[in-house]
Amino acid sequence: MSDHCHGSTDNWPELERGYRAMLPEDVLAFIDASRGREHSESMLIATLHMVQGHFGHLGPGHLEAIAQLMQIPLAKVTGVATFYHYFRLQPRGKYLINVCLGTACYVKGAEKIAQKLRDELGIHFGETSKDGIFSLESTRCVGTCGLAPVVMIGDEVHGPLTPSQIPTLLEGYLARAAEDLAPAAASDSR
Amino acid sequence: MSQMINLKIDGESILVPEGTTVMDAAEQIGIHIPRLCYHPDLSLEGNCRVCVVAVEGFDHGLASCATKAWEGMEVQTNSPMIRQARRDIVELLLDNHPKDCQTCDRDGNCELQNLSYRMGVRERLFEGKRKQFPIDDAGASVVRNAEKCILCGRCIRVCGEIQGVFNLSQHGRGFTTVVGPANLTPMDESACIQCGQCVNVCPTAAFLEQDHTERVWKALSHRRKDKHVVVTTAPAIRAALGEAFGLPMGTPVTGKMVTALRRMGFDAIFDVNFSADLTIMEEAHELLKRLAGEGPLPLLTSCSPGWVSFLEKFYPELIPHMSSCKSPMQMQSTLIKTYYAQQKGIDPKDIYVVSVMPCVAKKFEAARPEHVLDGMPTTDAVITTRELAVMIKSYGIDFQRLPDGEFDHPLGTSSGAGDIFGATGGVMEAALRTAAFKLTGQNLGNLDLTMVRSDHGAIREASINLAGQTINVAVADGLQNAKILLEAVKRGEKKYHLIEIMACPGGCICGGGQPYPPIGTYTLNPELAKARAKALYSIDAAKTIRCSHDNPDIQKLYADFLGEPLSAKAHELLHTHYTARTPRGIR
Amino acid sequence: MSLPALDFYRSMTDRVSKTLAERDMENKILIQVGSATCEHAAGSQVVAEEFVRHIRASGRKDIVIHRTGCTGRCSREPIVGVQVPGQILVKYERVNRDLVHRIFTEHIQGSAPVMKHVLDHTTAVLPEREFLFCEGSRCQRSGSNLRETFMAMLEARGIEPNRVHVAAASCFGVCSLSGGAPATYVLARPEKVIYRVNGEADLAAILDGHVLGGQVVEALRVQEEPIALEFLERYGDVAFFNRQSRIALRNAGVVDPESIDEYVGLDGFKALATVLGRLEPDWVINELTKARLRGRGGGGFLTGTKWGLARKQPDTTRFIICNGDEGDPGAFMDRSMLESDPFNIVEGMIIGGFSISAQKGFFYIRAEYPLAIRRIQHAIDTCRAQGLLGPNIMGSGFDFDLEIRLGAGAFVCGEETALIRSIEGERGQPKVRPPYPTDRGLWGHPTVINNVETFANVSAIVRYGGDWYSRIGTEKSGGTKVFALAGKVRHTGLVEVPLGTTLSRVVNDIGGGVSGGKQLKAIQTGGPAGGFIPAAMQDMEVDFEPLQKAGSIMGSGGMIVLSEDDCMVDIAKFYMAFSQEESCGKCTPCREGTTRILEILERITEGKGVMEDLDKLHRLSRLCQRTSLCGLGRAAPNPVLSSIKHFREEYLAHIQDKHCPAKKCVALIRYEINAEKCIGCTICARNCPVECITGTRKEVHVIDQAACIKCGNCFDVCKFAAIDRV
Repeated sequence: MSDHCHGSTDNWPELERGYRAMLPEDVLAFIDASRGREHSESMLIATLHMVQGHFGHLGPGHLEAIAQLMQIPLAKVTGVATFYHYFRLQPRGKYLINVCLGTACYVKGAEKIAQKLRDELGIHFGETSKDGIFSLESTRCVGTCGLAPVVMIGDEVHGPLTPSQIPTLLEGYLARAAEDLAPAAASDSR
Repeated sequence: MSQMINLKIDGESILVPEGTTVMDAAEQIGIHIPRLCYHPDLSLEGNCRVCVVAVEGFDHGLASCATKAWEGMEVQTNSPMIRQARRDIVELLLDNHPKDCQTCDRDGNCELQNLSYRMGVRERLFEGKRKQFPIDDAGASVVRNAEKCILCGRCIRVCGEIQGVFNLSQHGRGFTTVVGPANLTPMDESACIQCGQCVNVCPTAAFLEQDHTERVWKALSHRRKDKHVVVTTAPAIRAALGEAFGLPMGTPVTGKMVTALRRMGFDAIFDVNFSADLTIMEEAHELLKRLAGEGPLPLLTSCSPGWVSFLEKFYPELIPHMSSCKSPMQMQSTLIKTYYAQQKGIDPKDIYVVSVMPCVAKKFEAARPEHVLDGMPTTDAVITTRELAVMIKSYGIDFQRLPDGEFDHPLGTSSGAGDIFGATGGVMEAALRTAAFKLTGQNLGNLDLTMVRSDHGAIREASINLAGQTINVAVADGLQNAKILLEAVKRGEKKYHLIEIMACPGGCICGGGQPYPPIGTYTLNPELAKARAKALYSIDAAKTIRCSHDNPDIQKLYADFLGEPLSAKAHELLHTHYTARTPRGIR
Repeated sequence: MSLPALDFYRSMTDRVSKTLAERDMENKILIQVGSATCEHAAGSQVVAEEFVRHIRASGRKDIVIHRTGCTGRCSREPIVGVQVPGQILVKYERVNRDLVHRIFTEHIQGSAPVMKHVLDHTTAVLPEREFLFCEGSRCQRSGSNLRETFMAMLEARGIEPNRVHVAAASCFGVCSLSGGAPATYVLARPEKVIYRVNGEADLAAILDGHVLGGQVVEALRVQEEPIALEFLERYGDVAFFNRQSRIALRNAGVVDPESIDEYVGLDGFKALATVLGRLEPDWVINELTKARLRGRGGGGFLTGTKWGLARKQPDTTRFIICNGDEGDPGAFMDRSMLESDPFNIVEGMIIGGFSISAQKGFFYIRAEYPLAIRRIQHAIDTCRAQGLLGPNIMGSGFDFDLEIRLGAGAFVCGEETALIRSIEGERGQPKVRPPYPTDRGLWGHPTVINNVETFANVSAIVRYGGDWYSRIGTEKSGGTKVFALAGKVRHTGLVEVPLGTTLSRVVNDIGGGVSGGKQLKAIQTGGPAGGFIPAAMQDMEVDFEPLQKAGSIMGSGGMIVLSEDDCMVDIAKFYMAFSQEESCGKCTPCREGTTRILEILERITEGKGVMEDLDKLHRLSRLCQRTSLCGLGRAAPNPVLSSIKHFREEYLAHIQDKHCPAKKCVALIRYEINAEKCIGCTICARNCPVECITGTRKEVHVIDQAACIKCGNCFDVCKFAAIDRV
């Protein structure tokens, strides 16, 4: 018996099936559409944006699936994903709190706001609260310097803020999170 | 016809062809601009900034390696500002580098250390925090120590541009930038094919081979009691080992090498060339079989473990094309623990096989689960040429003054065909010598098949008419070249019968485990490859037996032990199989 | 022979005027609501919804909401304008839900504007009309102050200042239209008429004919329309605005950013039609060269020259890129322009594409700007649908298309070679120049990269000519520059002024000076790679060269006002931390050098500095400047060098006296309770996070210095100023 001739050694169809299952339809359609286009590898960052938009972060599996399906070396994909601060490789909380540490906010006391948030949430920048509701990060200027100091929670900008307003602000989001959970819990119990 | 350009370097007018870099132009008038990230055979990045020069009209320095000269350019290579800047840059690199030169593997051969000395850096003014990363030393072949990395990017470039593997990238950015495989996974879990070219081009000790010298010292230390320690050396070692002892590039040192090994106390000293001849016997017959319609064509050679990994990871669909022959090293080790053990009446368990290889992937190959005999590895330790040189030095042997010694028999006898295995195209040349004999019944009139040698380009093609049959062959060295060749084959543009692929550019003589060339010379340098290849070809030319099938000990081996090529016993001992692996889609 | 592009444009304007006429905005009450990221953040969406509810409830069909971008008056947002036909537009500031109700009932339904909430409280009563006198100094008009004369004349006739309001404004730009002849121009609102006034007789004619007779004095009327007429008509009464000269931002707060019709109604695409009508790329490049338009991203390279270089390349595959990767902390003019006047940027890009014969253009926009991305995408899609992008634009035979690529949070991608790498899908690390992108850029082809603001000026230059543009600005730099004014200044926001305007005018006249009555210490320009201009140099003219000479840069136009409360070492450290974090890591001096500089600054602010540190800072900074690979690395040490140059004594105080004069550096200050002022209210003790304040009620409290973490909570909460920071 010849050792090397047991069926097809082409593992691609199987691998491709597995990788396709890891990404949502719109991303697959996007990758398929850019394949064969000139400079299709330049769509990597756009693809990373889409995948992060869908999952909230870029997990190792996502990155590998993107690399395989776009035929881009995985090291390049992870190299790119770790270069840009916008991409996060860890799952994040329901609400992402971005403390603006731009110049305008800094000179107007953003550091104190940041400290208050750290104290209130008990987490540092880059971490997620235990209940999974808040992730705390800092950002450089959200372009609303007139409202400095500002904090962005999800898509909403809050400012000008003082440290004493922080607890109330967070409570609002906690209440919202609880509301969002309530119907789900109700349907679960049915 | 390229235009000529006038420029002034340090006040001296000079005429250079358009497209010449400032660094090369300066070299022409005898000014060697200090450099670090620069590598002549890789793309130019200009990121270390050591080679900055002052150019009239610019208030900042330009990287001379990456700046092309222009008409009327005025360059200062050594203004006080530039000298100070260079020193400061080197100092900044040192400030973020471990202070362990004395115990570092690259001590004495470190480009950073050398540069620091040359620049006259004698103070450390800016010390502060230093980057801290764990060492990845779990890999079978390659050790990555990011703390020693100065982010020159040569490894990334060689891995992508020359090897087409693209396994390395910078991760993160700024001060915390780190080079490594995707997600900084351990090397053996990454796309790495273990070729070790990153080790070769690294200016510091950020990439090293996995050290096997300790286990060899240990084996040698109790050899009298319970171990019969056998060493076996690859064809390419003899062409490069001398460089580690100050001999000129391309000095063949077979005899001194054997003597050194004997002084170190090995019980038997064999030559992998023997098994190179054996590989040719098996592979040539495999080719004949395929030519007769059994199995797919082209047949791909399987001697290079880096190439084997590459195939399994990137071209698994071509696995049926791969020759099932083990590499010469693995054939040799297997025979030592069977044929030789039998002859000597030693229990194979008491034999310890040390392979000296120009290659770091061989360490990985030796550890592959396919290569076991009764549950034990066939090869126990693989040391690179560099490691052997370190051992010889540490033993206190004055290499240059050694008398010539002789390999032991029977596994030390080889034909000239075995010697040339070490150079790209050598396996092909050897295989054709034997295939010709098998097809025509007589040896070729001219055994020098120079058309497959590296003088004829990165990818060589040849057609040879044997007994009315045209055999089309192709040779590629460096995996990026292999990729080009394989893609052409896959597209059906090219029809070959036999393809030789070597992972490393130049073949084994420029493998990932060969001595670092002296500072100022670079691996990947075509001159280096040429000099080392010349050594092998000269050995071949000087031999009376130049064809594998004419090696008397090979003939004896078949007669006494294996039967005939591709026999059941040959299959059991000398052949292997391959497995499709991920990564697959990343080409 | 009729030219296809001009025919195309004519039919487009015909169609648009019909559509606009059908909307009949002139005869309706318009409620103008700002819609941009900053406006949204301030709550403008809620405000808009509230107005919609009110309109619906009222059942009135003559009230419509008009969406605009933002005017750049950040600290007063959301801003709402109410335009009653025949009246002056009334702008309200900081509108919220409650104020919506009052505006709707009192102003719209009751005809009594809520004067207390009018933007900048310009007047107590809404005047019937307003005369704005240009008082720009550029045309060097001589003679008496006609504005004062006019006011005296009005008073003599017994016309209340409340009825007819007279104010000074900056240059309208009319003089440059008519060739720069000195004269006083007067804008009459709400008629939107500009008079050229040469003496008292003319003033009398206006008084009699216009003010008393209600008739426009045609004889004095200027035919030329200054570019910012619509803007001045709406916002000319606000000092913050009328002291500016708006070209790039002319449509911000005027046009609905998602209406191509409104843009066309404001002469949008007229410039493109002119260009595609002439079909002479060199003519455009020549106009830009005459205009002396310099790259607004900070490089200051002449745009005409840059386009010319790309045009000369033998390689005919060419690209044009709009750099919208506005990464400077404290700068937001690009965002504002992309969000508020997207069609203008698109028009500038198409003209640029034509001028260098590019086939394709890219917008590179920060992913942090979702609204800008949406608006530009909308503008691109609309243009493509209307034959303004894609094959055969305006029937001219020119094929060109645009695509958006997103940034992903890397400051260095503002550098053009890094930006190219990023578009190519790589890590955004710069490449060695030369070759410059105009030789070999995107995918190795000639590529022109310009900043958003540069493109914002292109259509204006084409329409009004390079000579006109060059007359605004200085000898070396034509036109205006937009600054993002922020920090310790009363009025924060976007300010567009002619190049050559003094810093003091921007900060004091337009920005209203330092907030909180504090002393101005320095003005920081150019973002993290910029430098500090000390207060003593505030009369300096703002232009590329003078700023550079002073150790700063223009950058993209960030302007941060710093007061006596700011510690220069601390601010330098802040910028250095930014540069260090944003260093791409490619080249040694920037990667390692910025880290070491930051470490030294940290030592100094912690009171551990030694005198040699100053030398080290200097040496490392010079190293970065001289040997870094890209412009960002070379500029990164600017804040350090310029702060040492201008504020050396602050460094010495930190190093030698272990004292922070601004009392900002935590390690160098301590909090003490003033026994004379403390009444023992206990609030400080209750707010101390480490409980290091002791004392019983109604007795003087004491801070345990050993335990104090110097968070400053006690200082902030004490109502009796009994805590001293020393």
